[in-house]
Amino acid sequence: MDIRNTIIIGSGPAGWSAAIYTSRAELKPLMFAGESHGGQLMLTTDVENYPGFEEGIMGPELMAVMRKQAERFNTEVFDKNVTKVDFTTRPFKVLVGDKEHQSHSVIITTGAKAKLLGVPGESELMGRGVSTCAVCDAAFYKDKVTFVVGGGDAAMEEALALTKFAKSVTIIHRRDSFRASKIMQRRILEDNKDKVDVMWNTELMEIKGEGKVEKLVVKNIKNGETKNVDTDGVFISIGHKPATDIFKGQVDLDDKGYIVTRLGLSAASIKLANAHITEDNGLLKYPTMTSVEGVFAAGDVVDFRYRQAATAAGYGTMAALDCEWWLEREQGIEVGGTAQY
Amino acid sequence: MPADHINQDDFEAKVTQSSQPVLLDFYADWCGPCKLSAPILDKLADEYKDKITILKINVDDNQELSQDNMVMSIPTVILYDKGKEVDRKIGFGGEQPYRDMLDKVAN
Repeated sequence: MDIRNTIIIGSGPAGWSAAIYTSRAELKPLMFAGESHGGQLMLTTDVENYPGFEEGIMGPELMAVMRKQAERFNTEVFDKNVTKVDFTTRPFKVLVGDKEHQSHSVIITTGAKAKLLGVPGESELMGRGVSTCAVCDAAFYKDKVTFVVGGGDAAMEEALALTKFAKSVTIIHRRDSFRASKIMQRRILEDNKDKVDVMWNTELMEIKGEGKVEKLVVKNIKNGETKNVDTDGVFISIGHKPATDIFKGQVDLDDKGYIVTRLGLSAASIKLANAHITEDNGLLKYPTMTSVEGVFAAGDVVDFRYRQAATAAGYGTMAALDCEWWLEREQGIEVGGTAQY
Repeated sequence: MPADHINQDDFEAKVTQSSQPVLLDFYADWCGPCKLSAPILDKLADEYKDKITILKINVDDNQELSQDNMVMSIPTVILYDKGKEVDRKIGFGGEQPYRDMLDKVAN
């Protein structure tokens, strides 16, 4: 069997950046983009903060362009989901169903996906008035009553998307202030104050309805009062969780499931970094390496702090460079073959 | 051969009165996940054409039908047999869930 130089798992900005760098280094990377390739940006509209696009760019379009750029340098891409990995032996094994691939190194860029509240009715009514993507579904709520749960930038974007269609938009937030960026807060609380209401200090307890969403049960945290409100839709925007199920037991994860690398964002990663700090005259070697030598990770699967398209692209670049250097200095590069599907 | 497009005026003739089961894909041009599902459904349309007809409908141009079918999130695919809804899948989860859905009525 051919042994690849590197396999990249996941296809958001971190994955494509890693693919662009490793393919330009002639490592002939193999990328498993996943069946839902493109990641979270596929669920956005205008991306206004990615440098280089003065007028903004549509999220899906940005991902399509990144993919073309990676493919131009001969990244081999399959829109398949990796089902299992084995990092306990060398070369590493990456499985897609029954089909096994081997590689000297792996770059994990599987990102994160929307978190749910876990309240009654939420999963039962998903797609029937419950949604995690207002920019996808807002048009179905023309002249309808809608609610958004959350307080970050994503929740603000959801609410803004809904103002273009819905009769009313109300944000349910469990604190008394938003953690969203200033510009997004201003767009909601000032520019759209006539269109968007906010229920502060409030938690969503239950979603009710027969076949579609009809009512929400909400609780005021300050006074403990619960009440029912009528609605046609509720958009859950309370953050993300890392896509690391297949890596459990293979690389170290932190208590929230994020992959730990030497690039210190948490106590666990600082500990890992400290264990390697002396290897290079007091400098930290291969900061994007995980607890397994030769396995690197980048983007939202590592980063619970910044979580931007631009930071993910930067992380992907770092992981690719670390991977290149590691292959060159510690392994000696071998030329990989061509996978078939 | 890509899946054919219909509009709400064709629904009766092409879905309700179809002799074989129909999988109808509700999509829109602005929907990112719909761009992921489109090539897969085109491929499956060809593969299953003798057993199940796969058709597409643009929700923006056919709001009434989308509403009648309670489509509130896209992509949504609805499987009709003898004019009645027998299954639906909301959201894009890759190729396999579509295959599982089609195989249940194809065999």
